[in-house]
Amino acid sequence: MRTRWLWVALALLLSFWVLFPIYVIALSAFSNRAEISAWPKSFLPEHFSLETIAFFFGVEGVWKATLNSVIVAVMTMVFSIGLGAPAGYALARFGFSGKDAYRLLILLTRAFPIAILALPLTIRFIELGIYDTPLAVALVHTALALPFAILVSYSLFLGIPREFEEAAWTLGCTRIQAFRKVVLPLALPGMAATAIFAFVISWNEVFAAAVLTLQNRTLTAYLLTRLVEAPLYFQFAGGFFLIVPSLIFIFAVRKYLFSMWGIASR
Amino acid sequence: MINERTLPYLLLAPSIAFLLVFFAWPLVEAFVVALTDASGAWSIDNFETMAADIYFQDALVNTLLLVIVVVPLQLALALAMAVLLRQLDAGRDLYLYVWTIPLGISDLAAGIVWLVLLSERGYINTVLAGLGLIEGPELWLSYESPWALFVAVVIAEIWRATAIVLVILVAGMQLIPKEYDEAAEVFGAGRWQRFIKITLPMMKPSIQTALILRTILAFEVFAVVVALGGRDLPVLVSEAYFWQFEYQDSGVASAYAVLILAISMLATFIYLRVLRVREEQLA
Repeated sequence: MRTRWLWVALALLLSFWVLFPIYVIALSAFSNRAEISAWPKSFLPEHFSLETIAFFFGVEGVWKATLNSVIVAVMTMVFSIGLGAPAGYALARFGFSGKDAYRLLILLTRAFPIAILALPLTIRFIELGIYDTPLAVALVHTALALPFAILVSYSLFLGIPREFEEAAWTLGCTRIQAFRKVVLPLALPGMAATAIFAFVISWNEVFAAAVLTLQNRTLTAYLLTRLVEAPLYFQFAGGFFLIVPSLIFIFAVRKYLFSMWGIASR
Repeated sequence: MINERTLPYLLLAPSIAFLLVFFAWPLVEAFVVALTDASGAWSIDNFETMAADIYFQDALVNTLLLVIVVVPLQLALALAMAVLLRQLDAGRDLYLYVWTIPLGISDLAAGIVWLVLLSERGYINTVLAGLGLIEGPELWLSYESPWALFVAVVIAEIWRATAIVLVILVAGMQLIPKEYDEAAEVFGAGRWQRFIKITLPMMKPSIQTALILRTILAFEVFAVVVALGGRDLPVLVSEAYFWQFEYQDSGVASAYAVLILAISMLATFIYLRVLRVREEQLA
């Protein structure tokens, strides 16, 4: 019985280790300038204030960068699902030659650092005239998110019995109708989780966004280039604002986290 | 014609085309850019410039040290968390949810979070002063105390990226049949013995996956380091970034990228050899 309490205590300690830093940055983001440079620090919220957050969004470029981040992330989401879902469906439903080679290709892509993709593409994008656009960043982010989207949709479609579709065919549905009316509704929640994941991969990515943009910065790229000169309270508000979507995301996809990683890590 | 035989290829074609254009091609291109000089002739000038740069050696050493220190600690911590999770009776889902939160946090945000804690007038210093260990605000994150900067990056990386190891390990642990553990218990194996003799060997495939993935990502450590220390603690990716962005020299930046790729591949190869997974262990 004593060890039970020890386990619970350890689990609580680990939860504290994860949550405390998040609590502290939230505390900083919702305090005023004086408190951020105060010494010693107070661990309880004493003067709730929107001053720091308001200042952050008042700085020129922040809204634009946020908007760019959202545009890039939505594009990444659409591209990865649009390209990844059909591939996942093909892998799950058909036996064909070259299947193993294709799966190997997908796994291999995960071994490559983002720097090796982003740097040469910078040069090509300048030539093509799409350097410094959300599209350019979204294309590189899709290269990151696509292998993941393929593997996850593969496992999703595999989980939907083929018999359902076959039954629909015998009842007179065409392949497309059967897919739309039978498979799609069942796959939709998982697909949504995959899409959210692609969104967050893009929202969080720093390196490619930083080398591929100049004027049209995403939020991460914008914050990175402001790190040197910006005052601490500006950085703290930015850091907090970057984290908020992640918290919502992990909450939204928590059910799928393990089925996604279970398959994606094999 | 669209029929049963061509349909799968049609469905795969867009993704293959995309990966060729945005993966295979830039990969080749990176080698070409790294291995040509300004006039377009083949040369190893870029690599020589890279190796001769004052930041190069520090960047290489720091990156390797970070991987060597961070990855084993993360594996140990994630294993402990996964095992602990199995011992708990209630609230398992809630703990798991909390522990995986950092999975969604970007490395830049993680760096800033630890900046809040570790800055001169930050929370850690407040605690240290409260305990009487330091007298007043103390500057840790500076080039004058590189070891403190290194420790800060290690802590921030462990905080941020242990979750991915945990998720892979928990997914792997779920595949182990409960009966094995129960059988060993019937035969009198203790808790520690069961962990060493059953759980750990059964988890070898997921440990291998987690190690490879985490190591590759650890070689790419970037924004955490820049957020905490700027260029005071150079690493390979931050140097690639500075060469591309500050010096506008794609050649040397690509040389860094090629080096990072080479090291990652080498590490993956070593893991695959050392932790060889036999066919029957693949669940």
